[in-house]
This record gives sequence, structure tokens and C-alpha cells, in this order.
Amino acid sequence: MSVDERGTGSEAAPAGVVEAEPPAAGGPGGVGQPSRVRRTPLPLALLRNSWRQLTSMRTALILLFLLAVAAIPGSVLPQRNINIENVNRYAVEHPDLFPVLDRIGGFDVYASPWFSAIYVLLFTSLVGCIVPRLRDHVRALRAAPPPAPKRLDRLPQHAVLTDSDGDLAAIAAVLRKRRWRVVVRDDTVSAEKGFLKETGNLLFHFSLIGVLLGVGLGSWYGWHGNRLLVAGPDNAFCNNLQQYAESKLGHQVDGSDLPPFCLELTDFHAAFLPTGQPESFRATTLVEEDGAAPRRESFSVNDPLRLDGASVYLLGHGYAPILRYTDRNGEAQESDDAFLTIDGNLTSEGVAAFPDVNLDPATGARNPDLQVAFEGLYFPTTPDSPPFVRSTYPAERSPGVMLFAYRGNLGLDAGVPGSVYRLDQRQVSSGRLKQIGEGKLLRPGEKWTLDDGTSVEFLGTRKYITISVRYDPGERIVLISSVLLLVGLMPSLFGRRRRVWFRISPVPPDGVSPADPLSPAPAGATTTSRSSLVEVGGLPRTEYAGFADEFDRLVAATRPEGGRPDGARDDGAPEDGAPEDGARDDGTHPGRARSGGATEEGTD
Amino acid sequence: MAALSDQLLVVAILGYLLAMICHAVEYAFGTRSVIGRAAARPERERVLVGAGVGAAGGSAPVVGTKLPGVDVPTPAGGSRSPRAVLAGRAAVAFTVLGAVVHLAVLITRGIAAERMPWGNMYEYLLSVTFVGVVGWLVLLYRRPTLRHLGLFVALAMVLLLAVAGLVLYVPIVPLVPALDSYWFVVHVATIAVSSGILLLGAVPAVMYLLRHGYDQGKRSFPYSLGARVPAADTLERLTFRLHAFAFPLFTFAVMAGAVWAEAAWGRYWGWDPKEIWAFISWVVYAGYLHARATPSVKRPVATWIAVLGFLTMQMNLYGVNIFFEGLHSYGGLD
Repeated sequence: MSVDERGTGSEAAPAGVVEAEPPAAGGPGGVGQPSRVRRTPLPLALLRNSWRQLTSMRTALILLFLLAVAAIPGSVLPQRNINIENVNRYAVEHPDLFPVLDRIGGFDVYASPWFSAIYVLLFTSLVGCIVPRLRDHVRALRAAPPPAPKRLDRLPQHAVLTDSDGDLAAIAAVLRKRRWRVVVRDDTVSAEKGFLKETGNLLFHFSLIGVLLGVGLGSWYGWHGNRLLVAGPDNAFCNNLQQYAESKLGHQVDGSDLPPFCLELTDFHAAFLPTGQPESFRATTLVEEDGAAPRRESFSVNDPLRLDGASVYLLGHGYAPILRYTDRNGEAQESDDAFLTIDGNLTSEGVAAFPDVNLDPATGARNPDLQVAFEGLYFPTTPDSPPFVRSTYPAERSPGVMLFAYRGNLGLDAGVPGSVYRLDQRQVSSGRLKQIGEGKLLRPGEKWTLDDGTSVEFLGTRKYITISVRYDPGERIVLISSVLLLVGLMPSLFGRRRRVWFRISPVPPDGVSPADPLSPAPAGATTTSRSSLVEVGGLPRTEYAGFADEFDRLVAATRPEGGRPDGARDDGAPEDGAPEDGARDDGTHPGRARSGGATEEGTD
Repeated sequence: MAALSDQLLVVAILGYLLAMICHAVEYAFGTRSVIGRAAARPERERVLVGAGVGAAGGSAPVVGTKLPGVDVPTPAGGSRSPRAVLAGRAAVAFTVLGAVVHLAVLITRGIAAERMPWGNMYEYLLSVTFVGVVGWLVLLYRRPTLRHLGLFVALAMVLLLAVAGLVLYVPIVPLVPALDSYWFVVHVATIAVSSGILLLGAVPAVMYLLRHGYDQGKRSFPYSLGARVPAADTLERLTFRLHAFAFPLFTFAVMAGAVWAEAAWGRYWGWDPKEIWAFISWVVYAGYLHARATPSVKRPVATWIAVLGFLTMQMNLYGVNIFFEGLHSYGGLD
């Protein structure tokens, strides 16, 4: 892909008056060689033409646009890998549209076949373009600068020095000192500069491949799991797949590859402004890694916990009310299930289920009709008066929990996966699970006795955090590639290729008339001191506003005593922007001379 | 300090408003207007010659491809109304004043909030527009001939600041914990600067398209404006320069965002709506740079791509904050 320049065409000696421009139309793939194609068998010819089409700039541009367009649905539709709940909600809200969109990958845009097809084609096109260009560039780097064109006066920059001492070696030395690539041939010096542009260009595009490889590696060998972690030693977890509420392993990872560590939340600190806006979060944990002694580690948003082989990120937090239920037999059970936060003031909703209560005292058997559950809302700061539906502040200023009691069959044995934060509504609507009385607000320490003499007591809360545990081995490759990409981007945008030639001729003609073609002079002429005529031509190969200035300075520097060159300067350089990518050699308008060119910025 | 910042915003808007009025006066009474040109016919012909071929000959060697006599009250531009020149200069002075006050708005807001003033959409828009106006002044310093374009710049500033003050305004609050990171400064600053320059780059892009259409002989409404803007290739190069400057910066800003996202959200890239649209803008601008460098792609086509890039940036700035739900929801708009 990339800049469609002229391939190697111009590396061959430009024998013409002005450097030969390869045909521009059609991009690199468009330069066909009909005579050869005709001799090739048809399938091969087709293949070759398709390949040329694919690696042409036009195709690359179209693919780039397709990529941009294809990315849009991912921002409009909810995506499974980002927010599965939103996808499910969409499915409920648009029952007709959902299956259609789902079939074409609308909810997994970035993993869909069509998105993949676009970037695979794009990168194929990229490789097909930059590999030959790399070869050409290496060749160009090793080749000597091309011989001088016959008529230097036709070049955009031209100067004639009449007072030179004609020392080509000295001129070459000056050029080399300015880091030009120089070759001396007979009576001419050819010099070239600005290869960094193409080097940067290639580096940029190869880095893109590096980024893609890093992303691929990450998706193959990376994994992540999300879960909720309630404070306290009883709720500690160890890293294995079953411990995660939601997890995803790369293709090449299986559950046994996860690094062994255990994590216990010992403390969570959240600070809030008077307005309720969060100010800071910090989670303190006990970490046990690979059998070593547990150590205390704290982490927060923007400051993850880095473990060996995984990082732990703090995503959210909330409260888990501790409820104690005492059943008909006087047996008490405690629950500290997390209630999910539903707003910024941390109003939380959840369920405390007690399936194994009211057992038959004789047999210890579970009575499916006497299971108990409490659905409720927790308010860290309870409103002063009813309705008790919203917390008024996120910190625990006056905690309260609004409970609704249910008795009956919780439906847990049906084997149907359901949310642990809601009661199974089918059980409620079928009447197998009945609400007992009205809802009741409990403050910490308060007890509510139900109609059958059993009771529930609100003991307080524990904090919980939601975390994401992740490992992505491709990160480093992506980072390094990105840095290289940026490093390559600068010279590829701001680099400028240019060439200059110096030709010496033995006797200056009368006056200055460089318009005549100068036939190559015998080598011995260079020895004529103080009487030789040096003609200089310069060609910017990319748009380059300052080239005239640089050319002047260069010419001045090659004169023994310095100073400006005299003689007729054919100042024909098209004026132009300095940072210029690319291909549009200014030689495309060789004949057009403009007054005041190339110094546009300086003038006003 | 917060109240001061809010009051200064009004002053800044007034400054830009005055600049806009002065630009309008210059426009109406200067040689560039219909009336002005009717009064100074020869001037106009020089303009067309100079702009069309770019070989203006000896008369105006310095500003050969530009519009002579637009700025610099040269002795040659004798037909030019001194009042218009004065108005134009006053406009620039008011723009500078507006920019200084604009900066003061940001500084006082930052002091009041005890952080960089980039925490919500109101502050972000103020920052981006400030980058834009500074970019414009730098441009103006280097190319005073572009001065009459200040009318559009001032108009844009007035509108954007008014939107910021009336619609997006939120009281000062400290950063939410998710933004409390040194990457905040790096990411948001580079995003704001690069976005500002890319937005500024859209101005010459649109003007180039108008001018190009005008040069092609189109005289219907939007193209008729093309008669009043600088030469097509000047605009085109300016467009490219601004984009070429901003693109690596934008690339860096997105990368800095990715590094930050890794620390904050656990992944460097997660197709959040903001990330998606940054990706789209990046791809479109990359397409522009490639198209610009490809001889077989015509310059107007390439420039249209740049305009498309501008639209995607707008979508990211407003659309994503307003329509989509994502992790970058710091706009302060509920």
C-alpha cells in the first residue's frame, strides 16, 4: 500500500533532459506490460492482474474506507464482548430485528467474517505493496546516485559558477559532510539525499503488521475473567476458571494455564465529594502467589495490581448487606450476597436466598415449599421519608435495606440458569413462590419477624469490588510496534528526497549561457584551475518548498570563498509545502516557471 | 475563581464577536467585496491572473500566486479603503484579545478546579477551540493575506463558545477517579491539540474545494464564494500541511490513550464508541494522506477525504458523547 511512488523506474539513470517520470496513472499496479501478459497462460494472467489490482493504491484506499465504514455498526449496536447485558436488552426490545442483525454479526462486529475479510485483504494488499518496495529501497540504498542529465539547466534548480576552481573532489567532500550520498563520475558529481523518507514509510507500514500480529497473539494466548469479590476471608478466591462470573480464554489457552494465585479483599476505601461524585477508590487485598506467604497489596483505578502472569483491575464497587435468617427450628444462617449498584448514589438491588432453611428436623430433608428469599434494595444513605427507592448519597451515612420476603419454591433445582441478583419470576408468577406481607425497611441491627415466627436481621454490610483479571501477551509487541510506527511516520511525512548534480566544463563560454547543452568534457579539464565553469542542477523528488534555499546554500558552500552563486539562476521550482509525502515529484510541471517561487512563507 | 472564569468566558465571546463584526466591516467595505471590486476593477483582474495560472509576471513577484492587495496596505493597493484596513486590523486585535481572555478562562477554571481544565465536555471544547484560535493566529502571522478568512474563524469561535457556555456548561468538580492519572494530561492534551489542528485543517480544505469548483467554472452558490478565497493550490498545500502536522500527533494521542486504557480498564483497545470513532478518523485521515500522495488520485478527491475526516471528528466530539453509552462518558451531560 502506501505512497504510490514510482517504484524503481527512476532509479535507472535518467538519461533524458529532465528526469524521466514513470506513468503515474493507475497506481503501482496499473503499470502493465501488455506484451508479457499476452504470452502468459490465462489463469496466470488473471492471477497476476488480480494481485496487481489488490496491491494497487486504489484498492488499498477503498479497503481503508470499507474498514472505516465497517467499524461504524460497532458503535451503534451493542457488542457482546463489551456489554452482553445491552445485547440481551436489545434482543428483548427488537425481537424482529435482532435475529437478522445477529446472523450477519451485528453484535460481534469486530470478530465478524466481513470485518475480518476487510482487514485481511487490506493487510495482504499492504504486504503486496511494501515487500517489493522494501526490495527496491534496499536496492536504491546500495546503488550510486544516478548520472547527471544532459541538460542541467532544465532542472527546477540551476546555477552556474564561473569562478569555481573546478575541484570536484572538494565539492564531493562538501556534499558528503552534509550527509549527501555522493558519486564522482568523470566530470560530474551526482548526489542524493532523503532516503529516510522511504525508510520511515516502510517502517510505518511494517509496524502496522507488527501491531496486527500483537493483537492476534493477544487474542490467541491471552485470557481474562471478571468477577465480584466481597470482603472477608470467607469470600477469598483462587485463580481458576470456575471462580469467574464471566471469562474468556484465547484459542491457545486452557484453564490449567492460568497462573496460581489467591486474592482476598481486606479493605476497600471510597471517598466521595459532598455532591456524591466519587473522589478516590482504593482496594487493599491479601495476595497469595504460588505458595508464597500472603502479602498485602493495594490497587485502584488507573493503578492495577500487577501479578506474575496477570493483572487485576478495579472496575467497580458496592455493598453486600449481611442478613441473618433464623428459621422455624431456630437455626440461623447468614448471607452476604452482593447487591448490584444501580445508580451513582449506590442504590443497590439484590437477593438473599436461603434455600436450605426450615429443614425437616427429623430427616434433615429440604422442604421445597418452605425455602425463603429476600429481594431488596440497599441504600447506603436512606432517604428521610418514604418512598424508599433511591439512596441519596453513595457513602454509608444512614444505611438501610428495604426487604421483600418470599417463601416457597425458589426454583433453584430446575437447572435453569438464572440471575443470582433476582428472584426467578416464573416461580413468583406461577404462585410457587409467594410474597409474605409488605416490604419492610431495616436499619442495621433491626430485626423483622415474619408471619411464621421466623425472623431476618440486618447486621450490616461488607464492601465488595468488581474486578477484571487479565493477561495479554501481545501488549508488548503492540506497544513496540506502535512506537516504531510513530517513529516511521515522522520521516515518511516530513522527509524530502532530492538530487543535485555538479558538472564541470573546461572553458566558460563568453558570458553566461547555460542553456546550451554541455557536452561531457574530457577529464583532464578539471585540472584547469580558476578557469572552469561549474554548472549545478537540483531536483526535488518530493514537494519541498525550501529546496531553492537549500540549493542556494549548497551551491554557496561549494564555492571556495563562499558567497552567493552568480549567473543566471533558472529558478523554476514550483513553490510548495515543505512536509510532503510522496510521490508527486515536482518535476511533473517542469516547464512552468513561477516568479517568486519556493519562498512563499518567508515573504509575508 | 470559578465565577471569574465564567465571567471571562462572556468577555472572550464578546471579543470574538467584535472581531467578527470588524471582519464583516472589512469584508463589506474592503476591495474584496462586490462593491469594493466594482470600484477597483483592475485589482480584480490581477487577482484572477495571479490565482489562475500562478505566473503573474513581474508586477507582484512576492505574492505571485496569492491575492495581491488583500492585506499589507501596499502603496500599489491605492484603491483600498483605509477604513476597511483599519477594521481588518481591529478584527485581528479583537481576536488576539479574545484569545488572551480565552486562555484566562481556561487558566482560572484550572486554578479553581485544581487540575487541568479538561475534565468534561465544556472544558474540553474550550480547550479545543483555544488550540484552534491559536493555530489561526499563528497562520495569520505567517500569512497575513489570509486575514479576511477571519470572519469565518470568528463566527465559528462565537458559535462554539456560546454552545459551550449555554449547553455544555457544568459547575467545577474535581476529576472522577477514572481520570485521575498522569496519562490524563498526556492523552487529553495531545488529543485536544491534534483535534484542534485537524478541525482547523478542514477550513482550507473546504475553501480549496470551493475555489477549485470556482476555477472549474462553477458559479452557483457555494462555489461563488470561491472567488473570494486564496488560490487553490495555496489552500490545498495548507490543508495538507495542517493534516500532516496533526496526524502523527493524533496517532500519538490515541496510543497514549491506549496505554492509559490498559492501566484503567485492563485492555489497551476495547472498541468503546470513542475508540471506534477515533479509529475511523485515523483510518480516514490515513486515507487522505495516502490519496494526497498518489498521483492518480485527483487533489479534490483527496481533499474530500479530509473533509470526511473532519465529519468523523465532529461525530466523535459531539455524537459519541451524546448518543452512545461508553467508557469515555465524561461529558457531564446526563
